[in-house]
Amino acid sequence: MAVCVAVIAKENYPLYIRSVPTESELKFHYMVHTSLDVVDEKISAMGKALVDQRELYLGLLYPTEDYKVYGYVTNSKVKFVMVVDSSNTALRDNEIRSMFRKLHNSYTDVMCNPFYNPGDRIQSRAFDSMVTTMMIQVC
Amino acid sequence: MMSKSDGDICFGNPTELHGTKAQIPNVATEKNTFTRLDDEDKQQEAQSPTMSPLASPPSSPPHYQRVPLIHGYSKLRSSTEQMHPAPYEARQPLVQSEGPSSGGPGAKAPRHQASLIRSFSVEREAQDSNSNYPDEPWRITEEQREYYVNQFRSLQPDPSSFISGSVAKNFFTKSKLSIPELSYIWELSDADCDGALTLPEFCAAFHLIVARKNGYPLPESLPPTLQPDYLQAAFPKPKWECALFDSYSESMPASQQARDSNRMEATIKDAAADFPAPTQATTGDDSQALKSTADEALPKDMSKDPAIPKDSSSLKARPRSRSYSSTSIEEAMKRGEDPPTPPPRPQKTHSRASSLDLNKVFQPSVPATKSGLLPPPPALPPRPCASQSEQALDAESHPQLSRAPSQAAESSPTKKDTHAQPPLKPIRRKFRTENQATENQEPSATVGGPSSAATAKAHPTVQKQSSKQKKAIQTAIRKNKEANAVLARLNSELQQQLKEVHQERIALENQLEQLRPVTVL
Repeated sequence: MAVCVAVIAKENYPLYIRSVPTESELKFHYMVHTSLDVVDEKISAMGKALVDQRELYLGLLYPTEDYKVYGYVTNSKVKFVMVVDSSNTALRDNEIRSMFRKLHNSYTDVMCNPFYNPGDRIQSRAFDSMVTTMMIQVC
Repeated sequence: MMSKSDGDICFGNPTELHGTKAQIPNVATEKNTFTRLDDEDKQQEAQSPTMSPLASPPSSPPHYQRVPLIHGYSKLRSSTEQMHPAPYEARQPLVQSEGPSSGGPGAKAPRHQASLIRSFSVEREAQDSNSNYPDEPWRITEEQREYYVNQFRSLQPDPSSFISGSVAKNFFTKSKLSIPELSYIWELSDADCDGALTLPEFCAAFHLIVARKNGYPLPESLPPTLQPDYLQAAFPKPKWECALFDSYSESMPASQQARDSNRMEATIKDAAADFPAPTQATTGDDSQALKSTADEALPKDMSKDPAIPKDSSSLKARPRSRSYSSTSIEEAMKRGEDPPTPPPRPQKTHSRASSLDLNKVFQPSVPATKSGLLPPPPALPPRPCASQSEQALDAESHPQLSRAPSQAAESSPTKKDTHAQPPLKPIRRKFRTENQATENQEPSATVGGPSSAATAKAHPTVQKQSSKQKKAIQTAIRKNKEANAVLARLNSELQQQLKEVHQERIALENQLEQLRPVTVL
């Protein structure tokens, strides 16, 4: 389903990025990178007025021919970016939201680990397994 | 320095004896706080085999046996009083026979004893269900469980509460495992991912750390024997509440029994216990109560450690046992944690605890003449042996007289001790010169004193008095030197810990700074 999942830190460097192993992984990385501008744009558009009311789920950031990029940002400015294959037309918005919610929960569990320093790369096996399930879910 | 050698011997023997049993506490030597309770756990280890054979679990019974444990445990969670009657009665004969005394909150030893006793009855049932799981290295034995519980209490006095993430992080970091491994262990053990560890989670994490340090690869998922619900069922928490109950009700009569029984025991351990004595002088009643109770279970010098704060002299005791930890733990793990026969309990600790009981009236200080109750052959070098054995001989013939000066000596500083002794010695000498003239000749000859017992009684009496004074002063000097060395070591270790704490603080401040911008949106 998701071909690439990325967790971006507040300072816009990747904490975790993982793609379906294909030859175009670099392209996914590039797409995630470019999506950051869109994320910042969406944040700044709503953020000034009411930060609390800003929704975490950003929705479709931008579509390309083959892929769609969805975004999600937490209250601590940690961004989740998901690249989805466009051929999976059955994907609905609710499913994307649920996937982001799972990502957010797993990320919270990682943060709860006292040995994890915020800003480190995420090396939690539980997080990896959760992302794996998302990636092979509806393939 | 003599006392340090005593301590070496004292600690060495238990670790060697326990080596084959290879319980987890031996491994955790690199952790300063871990080792603090290491000895206490060892005493329980030695006790446990006598209590019940912790060999391979018996044949598996039906699973329903776990239900009462869980049920009882759930009841305990709800209300502590309800569980008291049933388990408490079972423990009563055992506990009272052990005579644990309570030191109130400081008496960890009696609680552990009581809990140990209880856990045996519980574990016999639990072991049946344990046999269903083939994961030998991932099963926590009773001794390990007790050790983990002790460590938990050192971090969090309330056993039913949590250990916060930062506290646990500092604690586990001392295991010298890499941060990713520790992070993974935390991930495995913190089942509810709340950033805090309950007791079963803590035990699981501790067990994983120990396993990892022994070379076992970390599992992909938490083994079933380390699941929190399994641990809670196998080792229910009632023992804690029951231990509290014990402390309230059994403390007074048990302590009396403890003191009486302790007085009759050898006081060789007193010499061995000398080196931690100075630090214990500050702990006061707590350490005394602990020691009296520790006598019942398996009194050792380490038994006092729990009462001492983390940075206390127990640190210097720990390093001695470290050398045995890894091999012993590996053996234990590979053998499936079959505990060997319990080693013979060293008499030293008994005497030491008894001396502390005697000191309960007086302030605990360096027991200068503990050995007066019994000859301390291995503890002291030949030179002091000569003087002290002479005193011991005197004491043996007149135990009451010797006890009086020893007690008086304990209450006062060492110099006073020596002064208190000589006046009484000549009195005894007068009685004994006829019978033990030859005996007195030997020690006096070794001392090099001019006294010759074969001559008139008045001369040896006077000469021995002066020589005894000299010996007493020499003994006092030696003891002071030992105390100084001990305190110097303690100081160095405290300094080291202070440095570590500073570093941690700096790291935390850095993290805080990193986190601050996040909150500012």
